[in-house]
Amino acid sequence: MAQLTLKSIKKSFGETAVLHDISLDVGDGEFVSLVGQSGCGKSTLLRIIAGLEAPDSGDVLIDGKSVVETVPKDRNIAMVFQDYALYPHMSVGENMAMPLVMALLPLYARMPMMRSLTPMGRRAQPEIVGAVEKVAKQLRIDHLLDRKPAQLSGGQRQRVALGRALVRDPKIFLMDEPLSNLDAKLRVQVRTEISELHASSGLTFVYVTHDQVEAMTMSNRVALLQTGHLLQVGAPNTLYADPASLDVARFIGSPEINVTTGERERGLVRLGNTLLPIELDGSGPVQIGIRPEAITVINAIGVAAAEGPIDGPVLSIDKRRIEDLGPEILIHGAFTHVTDGLVRIRAQKTGAYRQDGALAQAKSLQVELDPADLLFFDAEGRRLQPRALDVLEKAGAA
Amino acid sequence: MAVSTLQRTQTRLAYWLIFPATLLILVIYVVPIILVFLASLTDYTLVTDNYAFVGLENYRKMFGDEVFANALGNTFFYALLFLPGAFIISLVLAIAIQEQKQFRSVLEVLYFLPVTSTLAAMALVWAALMDSGQGVINNTLETFGIPGVNWFGREQVVLYSLAIISLWSIIGFNMVLFLAGLTAIPRNLYEAAAMDGADHPLDKFFRVTWPMLGPTAMFVAVTSSITAFKLFDTVAILTQGGPDRASEVFLYLAFLEGFEYFNMGYSAALSLFFLGIIFLFALFQALFTDRNVHY
Repeated sequence: MAQLTLKSIKKSFGETAVLHDISLDVGDGEFVSLVGQSGCGKSTLLRIIAGLEAPDSGDVLIDGKSVVETVPKDRNIAMVFQDYALYPHMSVGENMAMPLVMALLPLYARMPMMRSLTPMGRRAQPEIVGAVEKVAKQLRIDHLLDRKPAQLSGGQRQRVALGRALVRDPKIFLMDEPLSNLDAKLRVQVRTEISELHASSGLTFVYVTHDQVEAMTMSNRVALLQTGHLLQVGAPNTLYADPASLDVARFIGSPEINVTTGERERGLVRLGNTLLPIELDGSGPVQIGIRPEAITVINAIGVAAAEGPIDGPVLSIDKRRIEDLGPEILIHGAFTHVTDGLVRIRAQKTGAYRQDGALAQAKSLQVELDPADLLFFDAEGRRLQPRALDVLEKAGAA
Repeated sequence: MAVSTLQRTQTRLAYWLIFPATLLILVIYVVPIILVFLASLTDYTLVTDNYAFVGLENYRKMFGDEVFANALGNTFFYALLFLPGAFIISLVLAIAIQEQKQFRSVLEVLYFLPVTSTLAAMALVWAALMDSGQGVINNTLETFGIPGVNWFGREQVVLYSLAIISLWSIIGFNMVLFLAGLTAIPRNLYEAAAMDGADHPLDKFFRVTWPMLGPTAMFVAVTSSITAFKLFDTVAILTQGGPDRASEVFLYLAFLEGFEYFNMGYSAALSLFFLGIIFLFALFQALFTDRNVHY
């Protein structure tokens, strides 16, 4: 039961503005990722939500109540830090018990050695131990409770940090790049575990990452930040398929989207020598975004590479080199007759590709584009919507 | 064969490389200690050429000597006054200054200034300040109607006066050590503590600052203890052990026996006893510092 609202958050460090007017709604139980390159202000925004940093202006609301003046512990928010921030001098159990000790005991009972000396401290002890053990079991670290953080592996430390955050039953769960210190294999595993944790706990999650894969795979919605501006908020597939700007299109998707320049001509778009069946208002140059996976190779010279009917526009590409990625290949090339036509194509290793040498030797390739997959942007990178694309599609289908 | 030849050459080279350092340690530390030990077994004095081997007589004399007991008692009492101040005041100052943004470097320099001055010269300044007749301190006290204190003339007061001067000279140094320790504590531990609800200053201190400061605290405690037992210059300049031996501390007694009364044998025994105390402190630090580092 926790809804989080950010209203026109602004923040500067000295002369440098790090957040310009950020507004964001996170629904109850939703998993929202704040994603962007380092320095985009995503961590600062998370710290403002946590209360570790105060915004210059704007408001943070939890369940409709402003918490901007509230200290972190009273916001009932848990946070997992990038390098875990475990207390090195405490055992795992003591680390996890910390939030409970602070919440359940009065100040005098928290002083050194007073916990076992005061009646308050002794009475709270079973509750604290019970809660820690329950969470430790859930995270499968109950056998590590007596160890010090220095004796744990990266993955185990990560779990302890999660445990410390979970143990006090927070309303909102904040994570600041929690996977960045793990190796690639572990990262995939912990990613799954965090997703499961979100599903089973039903808590509201705000997750900061620079890794679009993490953001795309785990979130209900992704908020993309760049130099302190919120570029777009939406479901992962919305950001991928329907980006609001070229910056969004470039950030989401790997390898990065191909961008080449076309020319608006008689209401249509020309790319090189080919007139694309796209109706776009206005005139002058237009930036065309083509996802590497939206290009189909239909023909290497002498080799038919695709089966089935060809109904999209066909262009030729000068092949430069091929990278073998294992399950698929990445073809580097450039559109023939296009000045900035550098292009990467992601293709499956099927049929003709397997014929050794054919593709490797080919100097030129024929590719098919699907007009529906093409994204258009003006010179400033704003998205342009083609007119009556659906009509064209229907015409193609018919 | 070639391998063992190489090995032999390298071994010889290694001995040559450690030779200068070994020689210096032998000449400066080891041989003098042995000589002092040998001297402590004799009745050697600076004024006669003859001396005889007396065995442990000097040590027996030492433990039966009232003057020695008095000096030892004075030293411990002085350490008891000096150490808590040297430790706690420096720590509190360091934490207070650490949280300052604007004046931090100015305050650091101000508190460190006494460390850079010569204590022997500054002792004379303190003597002027604490003068029972025209001293600034007594004059100020009397302005407020408080009777002046005979800082160096009263047996019950003199060790307090010396402790105040020593504190003034060491606090800046300890504070800088604590500041270095505080700076090394990761900021995000305090942030984690704030998230966990440990945002009361006492919680922050006992949950994060104090445990993370362990090795620094141990170092400060041990070096300050050694400093306390090394008290000499202010005594020699300001009180000469007076009044009535009330400020005659251990090292000053050793100096008196050796260079005023010329009892070199006895003085050597005292010096060795002093070395033993310092060695205990050093041992204590070596044993416990490692165990206190948990990261």
